[in-house]
Amino acid sequence: MDTNQLEQNFDAKLARNESIEPKDWMPDNYRKHLIRQISQHAHSEIVGMLPEGNWITRAPSLRRKMVLLAKVQDEGGHGLYLYSAAETLNISREELIDQLLTGKAKYSSIFNYPSLTWADIGAIGWLVDGAAIMNQVMLQRTSYGPYARAMVRICKEESFHQRQGYEIMTVLAKGTAEQKAMAQDALNRWWWPSLMMFGPPDEKSPNTANAIKWKIKRETNDELRQKFVNQTFPQADIIGLKLPDPDLKWNESKGGFDFGTPNWEEFYNIIAGNGPCNKARISARTKAHNEGAWVREAANAYAEKKKAVLA
Amino acid sequence: MKNEGLFNYLLRLADTNLILGHRLSEWCGHAPYLEEDIAMANIALDMIGQANALFQYAAKTEAKGRTEDDLAYMRNEREFVNTLLSEQPNGDFAMTIVRQFLSDVFDFHFYESLKSSKDEMLSALAVKGHKEVTYHLRHTTAWMERLGDGTEESHSRLQKALNELWCYTDDLFELNEGDKRLVKEGIAVDPASIQNAWIKTVDDVLAKAKLVKPAGVWQQKGSREGIHSEHLGFLLAEMQHLHRAYPQAQW
Repeated sequence: MDTNQLEQNFDAKLARNESIEPKDWMPDNYRKHLIRQISQHAHSEIVGMLPEGNWITRAPSLRRKMVLLAKVQDEGGHGLYLYSAAETLNISREELIDQLLTGKAKYSSIFNYPSLTWADIGAIGWLVDGAAIMNQVMLQRTSYGPYARAMVRICKEESFHQRQGYEIMTVLAKGTAEQKAMAQDALNRWWWPSLMMFGPPDEKSPNTANAIKWKIKRETNDELRQKFVNQTFPQADIIGLKLPDPDLKWNESKGGFDFGTPNWEEFYNIIAGNGPCNKARISARTKAHNEGAWVREAANAYAEKKKAVLA
Repeated sequence: MKNEGLFNYLLRLADTNLILGHRLSEWCGHAPYLEEDIAMANIALDMIGQANALFQYAAKTEAKGRTEDDLAYMRNEREFVNTLLSEQPNGDFAMTIVRQFLSDVFDFHFYESLKSSKDEMLSALAVKGHKEVTYHLRHTTAWMERLGDGTEESHSRLQKALNELWCYTDDLFELNEGDKRLVKEGIAVDPASIQNAWIKTVDDVLAKAKLVKPAGVWQQKGSREGIHSEHLGFLLAEMQHLHRAYPQAQW
């Protein structure tokens, strides 16, 4: 079959909403797009372990400590499924990790903000995981089979994460005056970065068109962002917290909220490496990777010895 | 207090689980493999979960209105009675694995014996603990063998860790007067009764891992009376600061 024919078959499959599987023919750019997106997603899970892991040793009660530890462990598990999904596209985990550590691959820029107080753990679960779910629910129907299947499992756990974050915020918002202030402060700091998680506005998003064409994404950045604002406003309201946006108001005609513009200059600067924690995050990952090298070498050497004995 | 002996015994078990679980949780996000981040978090969760249940039981036994969180977050260094081994810093991965292995072997035999405690709650917690530690021990034993018989570097790191931590092994077996009474009543485990089993399991694994058992090491003791290494104070400062900073707050 010539490339034209293969491409037609591929397009026809997409049109029938059939999933693309690892052994199917796929256009190079589709493969590249997926590797970029899935690995970016995997890296986000792994780097995302850092700002939250930061509070495991300081969690204010035994129950909170266990829940947070379980949550961060889940993020590691998500990273693992996603690296495995990416590996079905003919790239190894080592290469992917190398791309992260050398800055060739990106991760969600939200994790370049610091988690400063316990309330940040609530805000991250509620807003960051909430925004992630918006994206991920859609990805359960993404065209690439292994990615879609990984997302089904991930979504289940993420919705638990979001609830635990919201529950932390609820308890703080109903707690002492200091706790409530802590919750509002965390909301103020995480709100705009959460809106940025959906990516740049559609007209400035270089990857959106292809992603929609290939049914990798099924909704655009702006559509998802709007949904997120609509969903989050009443959640904040019900616990007596205020979204930090003076332009936020209900728009009857569109059946949604109008809202202000995130600071895109800040967004692009963080992507360029200028966020408050970019260096700390990558150096923490690099340190773990380098300090673990002797362990991985030993495990490989041991496996080789065992193989030799069996042979 | 009527049940002071039992209360104090429960603290020994709860504190050790909490402190070692806490130490393991410090690895989360920084392990040599992603799989190991997940495994260590898992073991940490089991241990903190066990600590939580033990603290709840201790609070109930004490019957002074304290909660599990009061016991974990509001006691000071000298009141903690966790083992010296559990509080030692993570060091490199070899140090963490040796610390965990020595402790897992102890817990494995300890829970096995505690299953027959006349105290129903302790016996039930021992059944749960034994099931969990069986997996932990499988995991740490595999790492002992891999690192011990892996590369020259891993072997020497593991041997070094073993040499450094060996001085805390007798302390695992310490008991106080209250514990001795509970042993007589068939409630507590006499640590001396599991010492041979501990030695045998450790020796078997050290042989497979091609490690040399340290000999003639002066043993550090005192944790059963709340005498610790300097590391515990910093661990508690980190663990307790938020809880203590807002004494009126619920979380």
